Amino acid sequence: MADIKIGAYICKGCGLQDRLDISQLEMTATRDGKAVFAKTHDMLCSQEGVDMIKADLQGGDDAAANRVMIAACSRRAKVEAFAFGNTPTIRANLREGVIWVRPDEDEHKETTQEMADDYIRMGCAEAKAQEPAEASAEQQLDKHILVVGGGYTGLTAAIEAEAAGYPVTIVEKAAQLGGMTAQLYKKIPSCSPYADPQDTGIDAMIKSVEDNANITVHLNSTLTRTSGAPGRFAADISTESGSTTTENFGAIVQASGQKLYDPSGLSQYAYSGNADVITNLEMEALAKAADGGPIKRPSDGKEVKSVAFVQNVGQCSDEEDQLSYHSGWGDVVAIKQAMYFKDLNGSDCDTTIMFDNLRTPGAGGEDFYRSGQRKGITFTKADITEVIAGNELEVKFKDQILDNDTSMQCDLVVLDVGTLPNSGPDPYAPAAEEDEVVVNVDSILNLDYRQGTDLPHLKHGFTDSHFICFPYETRRTGIYAAGPVRRPMDLAQARDDAAGAAMKAIQEAENAGKGMAAHPRVGDLSFPSFRKEGCTQCKRCTVECPFGAINEDEEGYPVYNESRCRRCGTCMGACPVRVISFKNYSVETVGQQIKNVDVPDEFDEKPRILVLACENDAYPALDMAAMNGTEITPWARVIPVRCLGSISLSWVTDSMNNGYDGVVLMGCRRDDDYQCHFVKGSAMAAERMSKVGDTLSTLNLEPERVVIHEVAITDIQRAPQLINDMAETVDKIGMSPFKF
Amino acid sequence: MTELNAAMVERYRSNFLKEVEANVEEGEWVKMCMQCGVCAGSCPLGNAWEHTPQKIFMMVRAGEREAVLNSDAMWMCTSCYNCIARCPRGLPITHIMHGLAHYAKRMGLAPKEQPTAKFAQLFWDNLVKKGRVNELKLGISLYFMNGFSEGIKTSLKMKDIGLGMLKTKRMSPMEMLGGHGVKDSAGFQKMLKKAQELEDKRISGSTD
Repeated sequence: MADIKIGAYICKGCGLQDRLDISQLEMTATRDGKAVFAKTHDMLCSQEGVDMIKADLQGGDDAAANRVMIAACSRRAKVEAFAFGNTPTIRANLREGVIWVRPDEDEHKETTQEMADDYIRMGCAEAKAQEPAEASAEQQLDKHILVVGGGYTGLTAAIEAEAAGYPVTIVEKAAQLGGMTAQLYKKIPSCSPYADPQDTGIDAMIKSVEDNANITVHLNSTLTRTSGAPGRFAADISTESGSTTTENFGAIVQASGQKLYDPSGLSQYAYSGNADVITNLEMEALAKAADGGPIKRPSDGKEVKSVAFVQNVGQCSDEEDQLSYHSGWGDVVAIKQAMYFKDLNGSDCDTTIMFDNLRTPGAGGEDFYRSGQRKGITFTKADITEVIAGNELEVKFKDQILDNDTSMQCDLVVLDVGTLPNSGPDPYAPAAEEDEVVVNVDSILNLDYRQGTDLPHLKHGFTDSHFICFPYETRRTGIYAAGPVRRPMDLAQARDDAAGAAMKAIQEAENAGKGMAAHPRVGDLSFPSFRKEGCTQCKRCTVECPFGAINEDEEGYPVYNESRCRRCGTCMGACPVRVISFKNYSVETVGQQIKNVDVPDEFDEKPRILVLACENDAYPALDMAAMNGTEITPWARVIPVRCLGSISLSWVTDSMNNGYDGVVLMGCRRDDDYQCHFVKGSAMAAERMSKVGDTLSTLNLEPERVVIHEVAITDIQRAPQLINDMAETVDKIGMSPFKF
Repeated sequence: MTELNAAMVERYRSNFLKEVEANVEEGEWVKMCMQCGVCAGSCPLGNAWEHTPQKIFMMVRAGEREAVLNSDAMWMCTSCYNCIARCPRGLPITHIMHGLAHYAKRMGLAPKEQPTAKFAQLFWDNLVKKGRVNELKLGISLYFMNGFSEGIKTSLKMKDIGLGMLKTKRMSPMEMLGGHGVKDSAGFQKMLKKAQELEDKRISGSTD
């Protein structure tokens, strides 16, 4: 290993030269930061500036520098310009971090310069503590994609992945492909003019899959064991008859689909025991059975002359045992099925849709609704009181527009029931109460993971990670959920979803092959490793990893499945003996930055506030605040962290011991509607920090000196305010007594 | 119930929407209403009506024939066209309302004591006599619409305006004696008769 040679590069552009004493910064870099040289440039991000840095990195072990410390703008700016391959590159944020957040007045010049000097010291210290990240070389490229589920979503994912050049294996539980879509008579139109129901096209899809040599289909099969990690998944595919084959895969798409809500328990709809009260899925079978002729009702085969569609059955409800959410497609499906009657039974057939809130989402939703009106479907905003069975059914309802209780007679009632995901058991489900009836759900993936057999649920049993920022991502790396198992959706959405998940699976198979991280630190080559001799086998890392990436060996030591790892560092923050580290991110890389800040003595009356800010939300929020010119106290020193979950308690105690006056931790929202990019990191940090008050009391320090905040990327005004609040707190309670 | 009304009830049975679609001017638009209520909120007289257009359209769809045709709603329309301008579905609401008013009148179900309905009748009666509106007579018949004593009161109240109009030759007292009319009075009457025939045929004739 060659000696560490830090090259410090200080930019003079963007007003830095006017505001800061550049020659002093150079001196700080070489004298305090121990950089082998410090160079300046009028505009470092220009081709000329970048070429200057690149030239210094040439020559292998004889190169002028093997670490780059760039003192210029935020690490979030000029990312492409300052990319030097594997060379550790540190960015001291003098623009967004210093000159843009401090007023340009003579009285502030001194503290502004001190801020900049500190960021240079911190940058050099971090550069020194980092090692170049390299892939472990244990990785392999496996282009084989496993698709679990052979319905519309699974077939689409398979076709898309295969078209991109990746061989696919489909595992389908049923005896044939097509899933629920194969049971449909027609589908909601997916292209202009959105006027009439369309053929589902499922037969053609099944045929193209069956005819494709690169797509293997296993029917009547389930996964009895899935082990490994992205790039090297091994799945046992077992048939109903008991034979098992094991195959390897690079990534997995789970498209296990949906099941529909059973309305038997809702007596007001008279569903049980009445052949003429049917669900929306049974309606499809009825239309299929009509075979192009008029639709006949199930009880006596009478041609249907009037039909009522009762919307929101057992969904969108506050009642127990009903679904609190809406399927999204229920009303469009009712319009589609009412058109079946208009088309097959004649325009004289009365079709009434009794809705509460008519939802017709999607590009063609409104057009389709209009087409339904044009065809003479009656839409009634109604509160259904009850359905009375009989030869002629009676639907009693309250008309919500005319505000009267009324009823209608009809031959057939179709219930719009909602959707439930076909998810496996939730690894993080709370333990059942003693008297609680537990319904056992079959596992779908049978993952051989430390943390459960299936994908964790987000809400209502849907397997998503976070639906706003990261569609398809689940909390298990390399396994992507698509279709109605992820959230309620119709075919048009499922098609896009399947394509998206297939692309994600391909990306992950490729990244895993190169030893790179998946979303959100895409391309990161570092991975966690631990010093075995220091490990106490406490298992905290294996339990707390939000992605279930860490298994345990027989002796209880952690086994890092690095391609399952998202590089958030939550394990690092969990480790009580600090033996877990990444090459380019460790207790040391941040700890050294904290230690290298110049802490003036008590009589200078210059407090120091350490800010550890999540790189995903809080740090960009601070950058944006800087662009707006929002002031930040000159006492603050901000260090971006991968996730609040990676924060080691030692950083907080060390900074206190070093004489810092306050610590502000900024992570993402951590409740049920969490925004943490690593799911649990922020929540973990909050829990770990809940005991920091005790630590402070033992040091005779006020607990107010350490605060943890939830900061969103949109908190542009609030984020700097929180830092300034700490400055005020310090002003109130006084400086830390721990200064040298 | 008029004979025609009875025939229509018989013909359309319980399907009032179809009756409206077939017989009311622009009636085929009623089914396209999506009940958003923008028309009801836009109507400057909305508070004064028994039913807003939104409600009228819903009532048509719910088969409330009597209530719709007896309603004063369509007679209160001032044709300001706010609803047409704002309807997100592009329904010609004003025209539908007038169409319904006309149909209610034909069925003999229009409200009897409704002032605008009454005035409309006065206007029509005045117009068909000579093919020209006799403003003097129309004004006087409007004053006396609600009885003799109220007519005298209104006349006295309006006398200054009347005298002023006489002075400036905006009104001729000679109009009382017959007044002006179209040149071919017989032709005009013949035309009206033919139009009435066509209209009767349109409404009742299609099944005959």
